Amino acid sequence: MIGAGSGVGATIAELIRAIDTADSKGAMVVAVNQLAAAQDAAAIPTLITVLGYNNPGASVAAVNGLAALGDAAVPALLEQLDGYNYGARAWAIRALALIGDPRALSVLLDTAKGDFALSVRRAAARGLGNINWSLLAPDQRAILQENVLQVLTEAAISDPEWVVRYAAVAGLQGLAIAWVEPNCQMSPLLNCLERVCWNDDTAAVQARARLALEALAS
Amino acid sequence: MEPDPQQLVNAEGESLTVDQAIANLCQTADGGLRYYAAWWLGRFRVSESEALQALVAALEDENDRAPDGGYPLRRNAARALGKLGDRTVVPALVRCLDCDDYYVRESAAQALGALGDERAIAALRSLLAGGVAAAVAVPGKPHLVQPYNAVLEALGNLAARDAVSDIAPFLAHEVAQVQNAAARALYQLTGDAAYCDRLVDRLQEPNLQLRRSAMMDLGAIGYLPAAGAIAATLAENSLKLIALQGVLETHLQQSGFPTAGLTAEARQVLGLMDELL
Repeated sequence: MIGAGSGVGATIAELIRAIDTADSKGAMVVAVNQLAAAQDAAAIPTLITVLGYNNPGASVAAVNGLAALGDAAVPALLEQLDGYNYGARAWAIRALALIGDPRALSVLLDTAKGDFALSVRRAAARGLGNINWSLLAPDQRAILQENVLQVLTEAAISDPEWVVRYAAVAGLQGLAIAWVEPNCQMSPLLNCLERVCWNDDTAAVQARARLALEALAS
Repeated sequence: MEPDPQQLVNAEGESLTVDQAIANLCQTADGGLRYYAAWWLGRFRVSESEALQALVAALEDENDRAPDGGYPLRRNAARALGKLGDRTVVPALVRCLDCDDYYVRESAAQALGALGDERAIAALRSLLAGGVAAAVAVPGKPHLVQPYNAVLEALGNLAARDAVSDIAPFLAHEVAQVQNAAARALYQLTGDAAYCDRLVDRLQEPNLQLRRSAMMDLGAIGYLPAAGAIAATLAENSLKLIALQGVLETHLQQSGFPTAGLTAEARQVLGLMDELL
């Protein structure tokens, strides 16, 4: 356990052991932060396990750690989604949304469309605007961007929760910026933003749509 | 953006229509159905006159009694009426401020604050009688003798400027949430930002409940300078987003949005919100 207390100079095995032996919620948060800071792929399974501990501070630290590890964490996160722990599933969606790996697309699409928890739909909608499209072949990219556009426009206009509509608008802005070549699909996207900007019943959502329109016009 | 009430389902997964909800509230055989119907009518903003009448009648219900002697249906009916925006129910809600049940008084005070009708001011002020010295806990109960938070907040919402001298002493009440409610109301009534700075300081409290309640107060009064502190406090993103929505929308209204464009301050708050999604 030498060095595990401060985290500096500790091996990954020691940092993982510190999580296993944490005796309070606070100690757990510190231990997870230290493991996350190590930015080592060997930490991935443990960071994912932490998502199921019902300790929000530790989960935030684990999500940030997984997001920083990026693509390497994606397969394990996708596997985790099959698990039964709903709380862990929500955190895994958050991590996938932050990473933006296209392998998470189908799960982000399904979640943005139909998850019962608004905070999870919110995170998925944001994630759909954050996809790293350069990892896909051009023909595949076109089809999947069309799917994302459909799900985000639907969510931006008709999700019953304002914060999901807000996240979908932010996602549409991200999607539009990621379309590098001039694309005919731009017009339904802009129409959707215009509609939200003038018709949404929540001023914060209208304002977000206005911001997106201005960003895309400049 | 509200879902169509006709298509919504009740707690058992059966579809409930407006007519059924009103009928459920009017019958007396099944207390559970009545209680649920009152909530449902508020949640889905059903403000037709039959619904209002049934809810006002439920404010005098004697059948549904909690183990503590309280009136669960009255509490739900008062909450629902606060959401429906119809000021004709104000006198009935004012009468609820005299109910024996603390939680009925609390729900009624909240509803009256939401409805914004100044006819409620005198009755709300009377609940502050005796000042801080009288504002003590009820032995064996988790609450004070009156719902001071709800009363102070309502007086702030109702622009009860004459009540400032009644409210100011509550800044020194021993319960932090009551202090917050007083600060919030005094800011609304005087425009003095020093009251909000007390709430901003609370965002550094070690106690999560206190941070949460100060954050929601700042959002409810729309105090723009607090936006950065709200985004940075240790609390759930979902609550931070709601508080920032309050700050943003107050500012949007003051700055003439959507006719006028987005101000630099609005862009800043939107940037903070994006980070929390």
